[in-house]
Amino acid sequence: MSTPAPPQPPARPRLGVFKFASCDGCQLTLLDCEDELLGIAAELEIAHFLEASSEPVPGPYDLVLVEGSVSTPEHVERIRRIRADARHLVTIGACATAGGVQALRNYADVDGYLATVYARPEYIETLATSTPISAHVPVDFELRGCPIDRGQLVEVITAFLAGRKPAIPNHSVCFSCKRRGNVCVTVAHGTPCLGPVTHAGCGALCPTYGRGCYGCFGPAGTTNLPALVPLMQRDGMSEEDIGRYLHTFNVTAFTAVEEQGQPGTTEAEGPG
Amino acid sequence: MSDPTPRSQELRIPSLARVEGETALHLRIHHGTVIEARLKIYEPPRFFEAFLRGRAHTEPPDLTSRICGICPVAYQMSACRAVEDACGVVVDGQLAALRRLLYCGEWIESQTLHIHMLHAPDFLGEDDVIGLSRSHPEHVKRGLRLKQTGNAVVELLGGRAIHPVNVRLGGFHRAPTRAELRPLEERLRTALDDAWDTVRWVAGFEFPDAECEADLLALAEEDTYAIESGVPTVLRYGGTLPPHSFPLRDFTDHVAEEQVSHSTALHSRLDGRRHLTGSLARWAVSGHLLSPLALQAAREAGLGAPPSRADGGRGEVCRNPYRSILVRAVEVLYAVEEALRIIAEYERPARPYVEVPARAGTGHGATEAPRGLLYHRYVFDGGGRVTEACIVPPTAQNQGAIEEDLRRLVQAGLDRGEGSEAELSRLCERAVRNHDPCISCSAHFLELDIERTH
Ligand code: SF4
Ligand code: SF4
Repeated sequence: MSTPAPPQPPARPRLGVFKFASCDGCQLTLLDCEDELLGIAAELEIAHFLEASSEPVPGPYDLVLVEGSVSTPEHVERIRRIRADARHLVTIGACATAGGVQALRNYADVDGYLATVYARPEYIETLATSTPISAHVPVDFELRGCPIDRGQLVEVITAFLAGRKPAIPNHSVCFSCKRRGNVCVTVAHGTPCLGPVTHAGCGALCPTYGRGCYGCFGPAGTTNLPALVPLMQRDGMSEEDIGRYLHTFNVTAFTAVEEQGQPGTTEAEGPG
Repeated sequence: MSDPTPRSQELRIPSLARVEGETALHLRIHHGTVIEARLKIYEPPRFFEAFLRGRAHTEPPDLTSRICGICPVAYQMSACRAVEDACGVVVDGQLAALRRLLYCGEWIESQTLHIHMLHAPDFLGEDDVIGLSRSHPEHVKRGLRLKQTGNAVVELLGGRAIHPVNVRLGGFHRAPTRAELRPLEERLRTALDDAWDTVRWVAGFEFPDAECEADLLALAEEDTYAIESGVPTVLRYGGTLPPHSFPLRDFTDHVAEEQVSHSTALHSRLDGRRHLTGSLARWAVSGHLLSPLALQAAREAGLGAPPSRADGGRGEVCRNPYRSILVRAVEVLYAVEEALRIIAEYERPARPYVEVPARAGTGHGATEAPRGLLYHRYVFDGGGRVTEACIVPPTAQNQGAIEEDLRRLVQAGLDRGEGSEAELSRLCERAVRNHDPCISCSAHFLELDIERTH
């Protein structure tokens, strides 16, 4: 900041919400914060949020939330412009942090995909890959989930307003199950579950409903995938079943774990 | 149209806001006549139909829910129905009732979202819900409360409001106890009043005259307002009642998708004609099956009585897209009542799901997403793997009718002398929002691009 701002009443930080290839679910999570929404609107100036507002205000923005993955040539340009306009950039959801479900194309023949879906593929502009935002620009914080959790989103916004690092734990869904008092679905019922290797955030939803976790929050900070595989096989899954389980909503992140034993998305820093 | 010496002028007005998805509008105007209005949906392709191939028969519900965060339940329900159809399984009794309850939750929250956050600001001269919350705080608070109640239904049954986890083939992973549903009852009773007040509120809006010249397509059932199942039923534009139906398995023979160069969303036509799905179509096709309370609300709101076979089709079909907000509000009221009824009659089923064993075959499934008819078809091999998937979302079907609407509207605007890009842009944005297109089905900017030749 070279020129000091002239003295005036303190402006509210400006929020921008931007979308790339996605289902809108993660930004809708913001509109689903009914109890907090008007409070958030009082603390932050919602300057750009096309799903909710028709008068977008040009940048710069203090906080930018980005949903969706980079999947077209135009996206590559646009994310750079948005980054240049953003003081603090947070990606929301599996699409933005790991390429999302549309990253399944990264492991397939996209021309074949185009021909499957479109009779005239030559009209369609797309990249052969769907990549996370962090593959293109620096990201300040990545929020996991497909979709993200409402409570975690409010924490990220609150932390931003307070100028601290969001308190988002990096442990696995198993911890949430213990906290919630769930009986382990694998131990008690032989239900295959990715909970031991999946990032916490949902509050262990699936096991609470008697279902095995299918990994929608992506890999946890430290995971021991090789130890889990035989357990899932014991519970009736073939290697191929397990492969498809891992290769869905966070395909690139789990693939990175399989290849290097480490989660594929970066652990981004909080503000400061 | 050929013009030997076109002097063309291009205007670009960025951003169609308050719709679901990324869209631009291209208008070609020649000598003051609108030659063409094209919605350019530039939602990046996400290839769902391609990567469903090779997946197990249990996977389409969770996978396809990620097509749209606004109506994930619709995707899950259409997918379940299609797979179950292929596997020869019918889900009935309390499990079917629970599915309808889940869907009512999505109708309440999604329609309420559209009414309050996306649509009402247009009628009240506000830019958005934040502006509306300053000028009409009590209405926005009521809307948020209603939406929260819809979300509460989906969350209780599904685990979370966006991409619920509790849905599975054959029913649910876990069926709630009666006691667990009870707290919803109290909220839903408050919601019933809120829904009534919403109908009264929107009934007071000013509605420009407009008529959508398109066939209307919705699912219909014998004895209930179709939501989670039904038979495709058409009321032709200019046609008379009763509407005619065709078997769901023939869906793609009638509703054919065609790709157009200007959009990543496929366009669909019904027997070669423009058609519209959604609230207006549902009202026309099965409005008479709404509850007495919902029908009373509709009458008070000025919608009249819907057509029915019984009265020889003398009822009122609403073709004014601006008034779709009225039908939506009535549908919210109905969904709240339905939810209350289902909860009152609920007995926890012995098992939360019926087995759906894989087999080779083709299955068709269609349900009424808040924005209209959503069709899925899957072909499975002997191992229960998907070999072919076809998904026809409501927006792809509505696109042609929306474009025609825009063409007429802009023409009328031009004829009134409203030719500035700001005026046209405002007109078009409103018109598009009337239809509540969910463009995520295939991302949020309407870029108006006017090409004028003189
Ligand atoms: S992460 Fe999931 S919920 Fe979020 S935008 Fe992507 S597909 Fe939708
Ligand atoms: S799949 Fe796993 S991470 Fe996702 S909601 Fe279920 S338990 Fe949570």
